[in-house]
Amino acid sequence: MTSRMDTRFAKLKAEGRPALVTYFMGGDPDYATSLGIMKALPEAGADVIELGMPFSDPMADGPTIQLAGQRALKGGQTLAKTLDLARDFRKSDDETPIVMMGYYNPIYIYGVDKFIDDALAAGIDGLIIVDLPPEMDDELCIPALAKGINFIRLTTPTTDEKRLPTVLNNTSGFVYYVSMNGITGSALPDPSLISGAVARIKDHTDLPVCVGFGVKTADHAKAIGAAADGVVVGTAIVAQVAGSLTKDGAATADTVSAVSTFVRGLSTGVRSARLVAAE
Amino acid sequence: MNETPKPNSFRSGPDEDGRFGIFGGRFVAETLMPLILDLQAEWEKAKNDPEFQKELADLGTHYIGRPSPLYYAERLTEHLGGAKIYFKREELNHTGSHKINNCIGQILLAKRMGKTRIIAETGAGQHGVASATVAARFGLPCVVYMGATDVERQAPNVFRMKLLGAEVKAVTAGSGTLKDAMNEALRDWVTNVDDTYYLIGTAAGPHPYPEMVRDFQAVIGQEARQQILEAEGRLPDVVIAAVGGGSNAIGLFHPFLDDEGVKIVGVEAGGHGLDGNEHCASITAGSPGVLHGNRTYLLQDKDGQILEGHSISAGLDYPGIGPEHSWLNDIGRAEYVPVMDDEALEAFQLLTKLEGIIPALEPSHAIAEVIKRAPKMGKDQIILMNLSGRGDKDIFTVGKLLGVGL
Repeated sequence: MTSRMDTRFAKLKAEGRPALVTYFMGGDPDYATSLGIMKALPEAGADVIELGMPFSDPMADGPTIQLAGQRALKGGQTLAKTLDLARDFRKSDDETPIVMMGYYNPIYIYGVDKFIDDALAAGIDGLIIVDLPPEMDDELCIPALAKGINFIRLTTPTTDEKRLPTVLNNTSGFVYYVSMNGITGSALPDPSLISGAVARIKDHTDLPVCVGFGVKTADHAKAIGAAADGVVVGTAIVAQVAGSLTKDGAATADTVSAVSTFVRGLSTGVRSARLVAAE
Repeated sequence: MNETPKPNSFRSGPDEDGRFGIFGGRFVAETLMPLILDLQAEWEKAKNDPEFQKELADLGTHYIGRPSPLYYAERLTEHLGGAKIYFKREELNHTGSHKINNCIGQILLAKRMGKTRIIAETGAGQHGVASATVAARFGLPCVVYMGATDVERQAPNVFRMKLLGAEVKAVTAGSGTLKDAMNEALRDWVTNVDDTYYLIGTAAGPHPYPEMVRDFQAVIGQEARQQILEAEGRLPDVVIAAVGGGSNAIGLFHPFLDDEGVKIVGVEAGGHGLDGNEHCASITAGSPGVLHGNRTYLLQDKDGQILEGHSISAGLDYPGIGPEHSWLNDIGRAEYVPVMDDEALEAFQLLTKLEGIIPALEPSHAIAEVIKRAPKMGKDQIILMNLSGRGDKDIFTVGKLLGVGL
């Protein structure tokens, strides 16, 4: 069986355009609103969904995503409910790949085997676990791959030529190139450096390479999209959620539409990326 | 230095992946992996380099003031009427605690690695002060992350760090304590990988930190073991130390691990009691999980979210513990017990009055355990406790609790 992920990237390749990969935090600021956001993403132009799993101590995230996680936890979000989000989403969309992104401890406490089974049943296609480098593959990566869940790895500017094969080994779905050293939500680096880095990764793998960290506008998305197989946008989307809330952090009538309007803009940028590159 | 461990030794951990049994490991973001692999390689070279060891020993003697004395607490022993009580006087070290032992070692490593900027996290401020001190001594800029709550309750140490030229960054995320400071230090490190050395203050975090910090602190137990043999002609019956992250404790315990007759007791912060969440007793009341680069006992809820914890002592206010302690607990080589805030406060006052030593609130927890144990032991038995820090920094906290305005 061809996976949702492979099918999606094959389709995009045929269309000759990069993927728009959108991150949002599950349960931010409440379950119903975040389900609304998730359902609105594909229609707004998202090709792959990254579903954030809130964690109390998100060491690699900046304040925007950290606060989103705190809002979600305050709203009663748990790992089980984040799986429910995927399950509810799948009732109306069985094509858009879903990648869960977060930290290992909630999965470890949930139970690795039970998590993998429940994630498969909920329609999860891949995992990005920030604090599980290749050295820790026995924990979750290998059991997840064995059951058919993609394990997507982050590569960074510190991942040198010598280490790249280690990182790419056991990576599937796509490769997520973190375009700078730093936390999520930092400034965008020079796009010309990015195309060099993407080419370097492509020397070692046939997997699609998606680039993230620092993408905030349609123009950014267009510039990055010209150099990569996909553009990952996270913090800027989460900031749209935050900006739409009441001062007590509750959702408003504008929350879902703020996200979909913003993602539609990014989508326009991504869809015009290759046209520029071809000029 | 360490003797070669015997076969089946308790002192041979961790394995090459940084594991003590199921504990430890390297649970970090990919950005940091090359850095901790570099650090490990440099540490392996340094620990077998006579030049490095010589510089470490020289600074130990002339800058820290090692060896620290082993002191027979005669009046406390009489007062309790049981076992003979000895204190390893780490509070007499330069900067007033054991923290400097590790900081000197790590800054020498940072220098070897060509790093030009030091970052550190601190709870009580003792590690922050020690980091700022060695950064001043070696002429490197230093940023110390400290929870906003701790900045407030440890004002004298904040001022000390600033005098030493460090920049103190107050962290308001979470409850503004040690765990949040560590998150923020990790974020800084992920952002500034090229020039920055992260000087972790306790025997926790990703491999090789738990092993490396332990080895720098093991000088405490190595000296104490020799000193008690000189004073009493035999080893102690019990060694006791307070445990937050657990660096002073593992430093004392490690050289005694293979001495079968020596009972090992770590004292955790019981806070207001173990019933609710107002404590920091990771082993006694927590469960294994993954945080800050290692698997270890943590305070967490059933969804794996980390709890904040509470202790009267900022230095013990951490929801985890070094992975080697978790392993020593699970294999039964060491015992971990909680001591409540009020017991620590009483012990603080008793030691001050009986021995003329004002202890920090962290080792006051260990003193409280000594007070419980000594009377039940014979007069021919010996307790050796690590008096890991002095209490000058805590007089404002204690004054407030006793209703005395300072």
